[in-house]
Amino acid sequence: MEEPLLFEMGSAGRTGVDLPDVPAFADKLGGLGRQGAIGLPALSEPQVVRHYVRLSQKNYAIDSGLYPLGSCTMKHNPRLNEKMARLPGFSDVHPLQPQSTVQGALELIDTVAHWLKTLTGLPAVAMSPAAGAHGELCGMMTIRAAHEAKGNPRKRILVPDSAHGTNPATAVLCGYAVDPVPSLPNGRIDLAALKAKLDNDVAGIMLTNPNTCGLFENEIIEVAEAVHAVGAYFYCDGANFNAIVGKVRPGDLGIDVMHLNLHKTFSTPHGGGGPGSGPVVMSAELAPFAPLPYVVSGADGFRLIETRADQTAACDGGHAYGRMRSFHGQMGMFVRAMAYMMSHGADGLRQVAEDAVLNANYVLARLKDVMTPAYPGPCMHEVLFDDTFLKDTGITTLDFAKAMIDEGFHPMTVYFPLIVHGAMLTEPTESESKESIDVFIDTLRGLTADAKTGNAAKFAGAPYLAPRRRLDETRAARSPRLRWTPDAPAEAAE
Amino acid sequence: MRYLPHTAQDRRAMLQTIGVGSVDDLFVDVPRSAVLDKPLDLPNHAGELAVERALGKMAARNVAAGSVPFFVGGGAYRHHVPAAVDHLIQRSEFLTAYTPYQPEVSQGTLQVLFEFQTQVALLTGMEVANASMYDGATACAEAVLMANRVTRRRRTVLSGGLHPQYRAVVETQSRFLDGSIVAAAPDAGGREDLIGMIDADTACVVVQNPTFFGHLHDLRKLAEACHAQGALLVVAVAETVSLGAVTPPGAMGADIVVAEGQSLGNALNFGGPYLGLFAAREKFVRQMPGRLCGETVDADGRRGFVLTLSTREQHIRREKATSNICTNSGLCSLAFTIHLSLLGEDGFKQLAMLNHARACAAAARLSGIPGVDVLNESFFNEFTVRLPKPAAAVVEAMAGRNVLAGIPVSRLLPGAGLDDLLLVAATETTTEEDIATLGDALGEVLR
Repeated sequence: MEEPLLFEMGSAGRTGVDLPDVPAFADKLGGLGRQGAIGLPALSEPQVVRHYVRLSQKNYAIDSGLYPLGSCTMKHNPRLNEKMARLPGFSDVHPLQPQSTVQGALELIDTVAHWLKTLTGLPAVAMSPAAGAHGELCGMMTIRAAHEAKGNPRKRILVPDSAHGTNPATAVLCGYAVDPVPSLPNGRIDLAALKAKLDNDVAGIMLTNPNTCGLFENEIIEVAEAVHAVGAYFYCDGANFNAIVGKVRPGDLGIDVMHLNLHKTFSTPHGGGGPGSGPVVMSAELAPFAPLPYVVSGADGFRLIETRADQTAACDGGHAYGRMRSFHGQMGMFVRAMAYMMSHGADGLRQVAEDAVLNANYVLARLKDVMTPAYPGPCMHEVLFDDTFLKDTGITTLDFAKAMIDEGFHPMTVYFPLIVHGAMLTEPTESESKESIDVFIDTLRGLTADAKTGNAAKFAGAPYLAPRRRLDETRAARSPRLRWTPDAPAEAAE
Repeated sequence: MRYLPHTAQDRRAMLQTIGVGSVDDLFVDVPRSAVLDKPLDLPNHAGELAVERALGKMAARNVAAGSVPFFVGGGAYRHHVPAAVDHLIQRSEFLTAYTPYQPEVSQGTLQVLFEFQTQVALLTGMEVANASMYDGATACAEAVLMANRVTRRRRTVLSGGLHPQYRAVVETQSRFLDGSIVAAAPDAGGREDLIGMIDADTACVVVQNPTFFGHLHDLRKLAEACHAQGALLVVAVAETVSLGAVTPPGAMGADIVVAEGQSLGNALNFGGPYLGLFAAREKFVRQMPGRLCGETVDADGRRGFVLTLSTREQHIRREKATSNICTNSGLCSLAFTIHLSLLGEDGFKQLAMLNHARACAAAARLSGIPGVDVLNESFFNEFTVRLPKPAAAVVEAMAGRNVLAGIPVSRLLPGAGLDDLLLVAATETTTEEDIATLGDALGEVLR
C-alpha cells in the first residue's frame, strides 16, 4: 500500500486534538494577526497514528536487526534509558527555572561529567555541544582560544586523509587552513610525513583513534609528543571511543581534547538522524577557555556559570571563548547516557570495549578468506574491507550493499574512508550475540559466493524486497523538490 | 551486564576462531604504557532497579514545571504534548534508526523529513526548509554564516531584541571567522532603529519576532531597507507556536527564517535536546546548511525520497562544506511534525490564540498590582514587566511559595541595568487558577 503525504490527506475542519474554546478577548497582536490559511492538512488522531505507524514500517532500525554501520556504532538502545529520561523531574524542567529548583538536574550533569572525565583521564569537560560535529567545533574553538591567549592563533590544522569529513569542515569554521597528512600502507598516519609538516604555524592535529580504518594508531604517543614539541594541541575525534572505553584513557595517550558521541558510545538512540550529544573532555591547560555554560559545586549545592559576568564573579580562572548553543546541553541525552553508564559500571564498560573488539575481529577472521580486508588484523571495533574481492564480477560495493538489504541486513558503511577503494566499513558492536554475528557472516559468505559465480542480476537490481528499489538520486539533485506544493501532480495516486 | 550477550564459552570459541589466546592479544597496537592495569574509580554495573532508584532520587530533587503555577519562557516553552506523539516517536523503527543513508530501507524517516520541511516552509511563509538544526540559537548562527556566503560580506547587524544566548552563539561563531558584529543595545521598550545601522557592507540584519522582551514588530520596512542595501533579513522565532497567530516572517520580507521548534512535540528537558528550524528563499538553497530531503522516483517509477544536494555537505565537500553539521535533530523533528499533524490548520491556529489569550489574561492580572508595569503594547505569549524590586530576588521568593514566576532579565543580561525586569510567559497549560495564584503571590512578595 502506498502511504500518501500528509498534505494529500484530510478534510478541512477536522482535527486530532481537543482544545478548549478561545474566549472572546481583545487581542494584543498589534495588528499583526496572521491572515489567510497556512495550508496545513486537517486529520483526526486515528488518521495521524496510522500514517506514522505505516511510515515507521518502511524503516530499518537496530531493533529490527543487525546494523553494521562502521563509525556510526549502532548498538542496542535500552528502554530503561527512555524511561529515565521521561521522569518529570528531568523532562518537565525548564532550563531557566531558579537554580534552587533544579539541584537534581545539575547534579545529574555533574555526575555525567565526572564519569566522562574518569573514563577519559582528562580533568575537564564541556557538556553543552549538541552532537559530535558540534563537539569538534567546541574542541577546535578551545584550541584556537588557547593559542590566541598566547598571542597567536596560528594558521593550519593537520588532518589525516582518512578523517571524517566533519574534521576539515570544522577546522575551516574555526578559521584554519586544512593541511592533509597521508596515511601509510598499513592504514595508520604517516608519522614521518606528519613531522615534516610540523612548525610553529600548526595549531593542532585532528586525529581519530581508533581511526576510520578500524585500527589503533600504534604510534599515537609519538604523534602527541611531536605535536606538543611545536606548541600545537592534539585533538582526538572520539567517535570510536567504544573500542577502548574502560581499557585505555585518552589522557594517557597525550590527547589534549576530545569529543565523545554519547549517542554512540553510551547508546542514546539516534532517532533517524539525531539528536546527538557531544561533550568535550579536555586538559587542565585548555579548560579555562572552555565555553559557557558549566556546572560548579560548592557547599551550598550546584550552580551554573552561564554568562561572563557569572564567570568573573566566580573567580574560577575561566575565560570562556563564548557559547555554543542556547541553554545547558542535551539533558535528555545525559540522562540516557547516565542510565547506560550506571547499568554497565566500570567493569561492564571495559567489557563493552573488549566485546566490541572481539566481535569485529571475529567478523574479520571468518570473512577474510572470501572478502578482502583492507588491512591485516587485528582490528579494533570495526573491520574494513575493500572491493578487491569483487574484481571482474561487474558488481560494485554499492550493488553488494543493496543486495544485503534483500537478505534482511542494513548495509555496512560504504565508500568511507575515502582512502580505500570501494570501502566497506563493518561494525557489529558489542551488543550483538555470537549467533546473530554468525548469521550475518554466513549471509555475507553466501553473497560473495553469488557474486563470484556470476549471479550479477541479484546485485544489479537490488534491493528487490525493500519498500523502494534503487532511488534516482541524480534526479533528486538536478531538479530538487524539497517540499510538497499544492499544484504538484499527484504522482503517487495508486 | 544484561546488554552484553556473550557467555564465557562464546568468547573462548570466538578467540579460538580468531586464533589468539586472549582478548588482550587483540589490543596489541595499544602502547603497553597506556593500557589500564587497574579498575577505574567508578561503581561497577548495576541492575535496572538500582539505576531507577538512583536516577529517580536525582529527578525528585527538581521542581517539575507541571507541579506548580509556571510562567517561565525565554526561548523554551511548556506546552501540552498529545499522548500520541510520544507513543509514535518511541516506535523502534523511528527511535532506533540511523540517518537515512540507505534510502530504500529508510523511506519512513525520509517521508517524515519531506513532510517536516513542507510544514516548516508553510509556517514560516518561506519557500524551502531543511531537515532541522540543533536548536534555534545554532540555526541563527548558521543563518549568519549563510548570509555571509550569499552576499560575500562579513558585517552582521543584530537586534537588541535577539535572545541573549542566540546573540552569544552568533558572536562566538563569527569571532573565529573574522566576522564583524554590530549589535544594538537590549531595549526592553521594543523601540530600536536597525535601519540606520545597515550599510553597503552589511551581510544581514538579524531580528527576533516576537523579541526577547515579547514585542511584536512589523518587519516590512526593515526588509525593504535591507534589500535596498543588498543585505538579507534574518528573522529568528523563539516560540514557534506564535506562527499560528502572527503574520509569518516570509510574508514580511524575510530571506532566512530560523526558529526554535521545541514548542511542538518536545518537552522542556532542562534545555535540550531541542530542534532548530531553518527556512529560506529557494534561490539560496545551495547555500543552506544541514540536511535536505528531496522527492524522486525509484527504479520502478514509484515516488520516493532521498537525502539530496549533499554536495554542499561535509561528507562530500569536506573543507569547502557549507557547515560542519552532521547529526541533526531527527527525532525531535519527528515529534514536531506529529504534533503539528494532530493540530492541523484549525488546531494550530486555535492553540496559538489560546496561548495569546492566557498571556493577555496574565498581563492584565499583573498590571493590576501596584508598582508593576507591563512594558509591552503588543506581544504573543510572553511579556516583560517592570517590578519595584530586583526581579531575581522576587523570583526566588516566589519559588519559595511554589510559584515559578518567570525569568529575571538580569539572569541573561547581567550588568545591563535591567535588574527590575521580569519575563513572564503563559501557554495553553496555564490555568486561570495559576494566573490568580501568580497575581496573589506577587502582590504579597512585593508588599
